[in-house]
Amino acid sequence: MTLNDIIDPKNLVYAKTKVMNDTPMHYCPGCSHSVVHKLIAEVIEELDIQDKTIGIAPVGCAVFGYKYIDIDWQQAAHGRAPSLATAVKRLLPDRYVFTYQGDGDLAAIGTAETIHTCNRGENIAIFFINNGIYGMTGGQMAPTTLNGMKSTTSPSGRTVPLSGHPLDMTKLLAQLDGTCYVTRQSVHNIANIRKTKKAIKKALENSMLDKGTSVVEIVSTCSAGWNMTPADSNNWMEQNMIPAYPLGDMKDI
Amino acid sequence: MAKVKGAIVVNTERCKGCNLCVVACPAKVLSLSPDSNLKGYNFSYMSNADSCVGCAACAYVCPDACITVYKVKNKTE
Repeated sequence: MTLNDIIDPKNLVYAKTKVMNDTPMHYCPGCSHSVVHKLIAEVIEELDIQDKTIGIAPVGCAVFGYKYIDIDWQQAAHGRAPSLATAVKRLLPDRYVFTYQGDGDLAAIGTAETIHTCNRGENIAIFFINNGIYGMTGGQMAPTTLNGMKSTTSPSGRTVPLSGHPLDMTKLLAQLDGTCYVTRQSVHNIANIRKTKKAIKKALENSMLDKGTSVVEIVSTCSAGWNMTPADSNNWMEQNMIPAYPLGDMKDI
Repeated sequence: MAKVKGAIVVNTERCKGCNLCVVACPAKVLSLSPDSNLKGYNFSYMSNADSCVGCAACAYVCPDACITVYKVKNKTE
């Protein structure tokens, strides 16, 4: 059997979802953002909600998210994505609304908006990409940077006396009465990619059930910001990020 | 001959040569090509196509959704 016999549409196992368009993504090679974009697009196709989904793009590396996933998008001011999502969802309650935010957006400048949106229990899904660094601006220290982790503004490693403790936003949000589903996942291997996809699906489904806000944190890599190859970044994340940000559901009601 | 045969097609212009598929492949089918695409990335290709079983591990981890996977079950053997 030759390769040409195998490569036939009837033998297809996996192909790029049509919800993701052909525009080449601007992300660095091996970036976790791309994997999460792909998973969101796949879930939207599986749920058949392409014309009923509105995404809110953040400021950060994912600012161009609207170029890659073929749904309706709004672009929010820095950190204000949950507030914009609140407005969109209240005006159009029949739409699936999600925000897609990084740690500089959600956990730094947008802390107040995030906490109050979750506390009000808005029926939206929040996808939170946590790579422990300000990736887009050049790898500066973020609130989520680990103790001892090097960044361009903490070249000897973050220290508690100077910079305080890493901020565990997801744990904080799980304690609010407005959230219904709070989970932390990662995308560094196939098993975790599958779990993350399930979490994304559940969060989008919850946004129609009038239960409250769903938060999916995805512990991610930034190979350019961490100065490692994509494969090394995944290993480093597994050894250092995941012990500090343990994976799993924190709340599911 | 293996009972299950697989094959992949890489969108070489979309591939950024991140190497994650090469690491993820359980059958060690993939390598990065010595040739590069128009952006200058060494794209991924099947250097050992006979071993492919179409498990789609490469496609699941591919950040840029460059990989299409095909699989055939050989009933005669």
